[in-house]
Amino acid sequence: MGEALLEVDDLHTHFHLKNKVVRAVNGVSFSVRRGEIVGIAGESGAGKSVACLSILRLVPYPGRIERGRILLTGQDLLRKSERQMRELRGQTVSMVFEDPLNSLDPAFRVGDLISEALILHKALSKREARRKASDLLRLVGIPDPEGRLDNYAHELSGGMQQRVMIAIALSCDPALLIADNPTTALDVTIQIQILDLVKQLRDRLGMGVLWITHDLGVVAKLCDRVVIMYAGEVMEQGDVYGVLKRPRHPYTRRLIDALPKLGRPEQRLMPIEGRPPDPANLPAGCPFAPRCYKARPECEAHDVPLMGAGDGRAVRCLFPED
Amino acid sequence: MSVVNARLKERATQTTAAVAAEASMFRRPSEWRIFWEAFSQDRLALAAAALIGFVCLAAALAPVLSPYDPTVGDNSLRLAPLGTAGHVLGLDGQGRDILSRLLWGGRVSLAIALLPVAVASLISVFLGLVAGFFGGKVDMLIMRTLDVFFAFPAVLLAVAIAGVLGPGMLNVMLSITIVLIPYISRVAYMATVTVKNELFVDQARVSGARPRQILFHHILPNTLSPVIVYGSTLVGIMIVLGAGLSFLGLGITPPKPDWGIMCADGRNFLLVAPHVSAVPGVMLILVAMSFNIVGDGLRDALDPKLRR
Amino acid sequence: MLKFLVYRVATIVPVLFGVSIVVFLMMKLIPGDPVEAILGPAATTEKIEIVRKSLGLDRPFYVQYLRWLWKVVQGDFGTSIAVNVPVAQLVWPKFWNTVLLTAGSLVICIVVGLGVGIISGTRQYSWFDRLSMSLTLVVANTPAFWLGLILMVVLALYLGWFPATGMYSMRAAEKTWGDLIHHMVLPAITTASVSAAIIARLVRSSFLDVVRKHYITALRAKGLSERDIILRHGMKNALPPIINIVGLQVGYLMGGALFTEVVFSWPGIGLQIYSSIVARDLPVVQAAVLVTTFVFVLVNLGTDVVVAALDPRIRRA
Repeated sequence: MGEALLEVDDLHTHFHLKNKVVRAVNGVSFSVRRGEIVGIAGESGAGKSVACLSILRLVPYPGRIERGRILLTGQDLLRKSERQMRELRGQTVSMVFEDPLNSLDPAFRVGDLISEALILHKALSKREARRKASDLLRLVGIPDPEGRLDNYAHELSGGMQQRVMIAIALSCDPALLIADNPTTALDVTIQIQILDLVKQLRDRLGMGVLWITHDLGVVAKLCDRVVIMYAGEVMEQGDVYGVLKRPRHPYTRRLIDALPKLGRPEQRLMPIEGRPPDPANLPAGCPFAPRCYKARPECEAHDVPLMGAGDGRAVRCLFPED
Repeated sequence: MSVVNARLKERATQTTAAVAAEASMFRRPSEWRIFWEAFSQDRLALAAAALIGFVCLAAALAPVLSPYDPTVGDNSLRLAPLGTAGHVLGLDGQGRDILSRLLWGGRVSLAIALLPVAVASLISVFLGLVAGFFGGKVDMLIMRTLDVFFAFPAVLLAVAIAGVLGPGMLNVMLSITIVLIPYISRVAYMATVTVKNELFVDQARVSGARPRQILFHHILPNTLSPVIVYGSTLVGIMIVLGAGLSFLGLGITPPKPDWGIMCADGRNFLLVAPHVSAVPGVMLILVAMSFNIVGDGLRDALDPKLRR
Repeated sequence: MLKFLVYRVATIVPVLFGVSIVVFLMMKLIPGDPVEAILGPAATTEKIEIVRKSLGLDRPFYVQYLRWLWKVVQGDFGTSIAVNVPVAQLVWPKFWNTVLLTAGSLVICIVVGLGVGIISGTRQYSWFDRLSMSLTLVVANTPAFWLGLILMVVLALYLGWFPATGMYSMRAAEKTWGDLIHHMVLPAITTASVSAAIIARLVRSSFLDVVRKHYITALRAKGLSERDIILRHGMKNALPPIINIVGLQVGYLMGGALFTEVVFSWPGIGLQIYSSIVARDLPVVQAAVLVTTFVFVLVNLGTDVVVAALDPRIRRA
């Protein structure tokens, strides 16, 4: 693992609607090192996507980054001008999105979409860009790359579309790749192929990867470290093996318990009762307390700090498991 | 044995009752309530609807409300401005009271817009339903014929038919109705086809519902909404078109007023007495706009995706 | 692409036939006997029979239709009852005058409609957006003839900035482009008004739609500037439905020009139709409607082709 590539420190992103404030991200901190794959896991609505859009400063209106620092290779992104951000986007840090069919401009050919970033950031000529685009398609494992350059997005299968998105994201050799749930829309066999591809690319190119998912299976297969988010806060983080084998936060434990396990057919499925809190109406104290079997009055009284737990792990809980 | 049967039957009835009771807890409020709640949130549409209601009512009550005979003029007072004593909206070039002409004229202008749209909608819903539901040859026959009428520029067709049939309000309305049918039919047709292909109609078929049931219960309501939305917007457009046809002399004959003729009459006095033409013109614009806004409001309120 | 073209052209042929049948029938359905109208009060039953035979009105409908169609295809639209001149001679020059007016109106429509629409669509809720939406709502619901009358009285008769009627100055020695354009300004604005307002609203809504799409966020994540996104990607995606509507507006412009031509006495085919209706000169009405509709159908075909060329997804359908 290399040195720190991305450091997010106490990030707060809120949406100011007409009559309420939606607190999507509340004091999130994590880091990604060069060559490291960090997963961000949690239920829908936990604030994972908003946190990543905040890194790129693409949070849609009426969202606003209220507070925090985001250091990319040491530079604070929150202090940069829009023009400086545009330099970085697609070049130093790039993003792959969840729904590949709707994330690729349907009126443009795939080859042109890949070339666009190259022409913009690396000032390549159209012909050079096209050649590089073909190489990129080969890199992400698309057969007959030359032929595919002139296809439109809707002419390709879901798996191929996602590979194209990855090709676009990698085109300018980014140091950091952010991926928001890119495999949920795909079926399992394709999903595994994509995960393998990402691992290979990381090995070859050495970039850092931030991977959002709500599937702990993906985390187990792909990630080196994992950050568990709930209601806009980090509940637990640490190396994947440790967190999944010996979770310290009750929420993480329940998440793992909720996974069906092979070989134990008689075991009942265990969903977590209750629902995540309304981000416009967050309670004081630990956000998970209302659903936590261990909760005591202290949990809801004041905010719970994130506390180190040795071995690079951290937990936000007053009564962690052990 | 019969005791067991009786017990089973009793259980069955109890279960059904229990399920029904539970189901009723989830019964949705009626479609009308949902629609009304959505529509009433749109203040602009509500205001526009109120304006339309008010104008229609006033026009309908013209015989009662109109202070003077709209066709009789007092030459000594011709071109009197707004606010003249006894004539709130002034008098026109022939000394006729503008307010009275506005009220009586409203009956004509509104009728020219509302009736053709209503009649055309009835015919079109029928055509669209039949063509969309039965498909095949029937579909082709109906829609291809309508395509031919679609090929004509609408205004041209309306003027040509009205011109060919001769002057008179009935002919104008007939002409407009004919021109409208292809447009509304297409809307009804597309709605029918869309709904027909939706999964829930297949589900109804599978559970044994007869075609006529499917038609009336599922398809018709879903076809009516877009037609109503489209129709509202069309009424606004027809008010303006109707005025144009009157201006061309293709509508009612003078001295009976309608808003279009009033606008045209006032053209000679635009510089000295602009109110003669401006009052009916503003009225036309306001009412047409209101129908337009109501149409938009209806569309937003009926759109299931926009509802909470 | 070629397959699409062939398919579209093939669907037009029956429509054109249908149009000719409708136009033919329209004239046949007129109340009153045309022969008596031609002969006037001097008609005796004998004369009526003779004239009827000579005009071929004694043959069955479909025969009459085919004979008429045959002549039309050769460019022979008959003779005008009012002016006793071949209809074709009357109609074609007027048709081109309307084309000129329509072209001018189309330019205004596109420039104003696109301009206002794009600016509003990309700056939702700004003062410009609110103002333009209010204005376009009013203009879209304004009768064209009324607007024309007001423009004519205020800008032409009162202020004298523009001529009030006609295509060229009567007094000018020769017809220049400048003179033509000077005469065309008011009529073109009048004709374009409603369509420009409608197009502006549609462009705005189309752009609002596009700007919300996921691929726009993905493009921003690539580092593209807003301007590039809108001008390159936004346009290409927002344009097809707009072009569709613009094509339909051409039909409205050709028809709506009728009111403008009457108000401004612009010698176009709309005015010709109107005066011929008043004079009950039905061969002229027939020919004028036929020609205008044919052109409208062809224009629609053209826009469909352009839209298909721009949006690859449509070609498959």
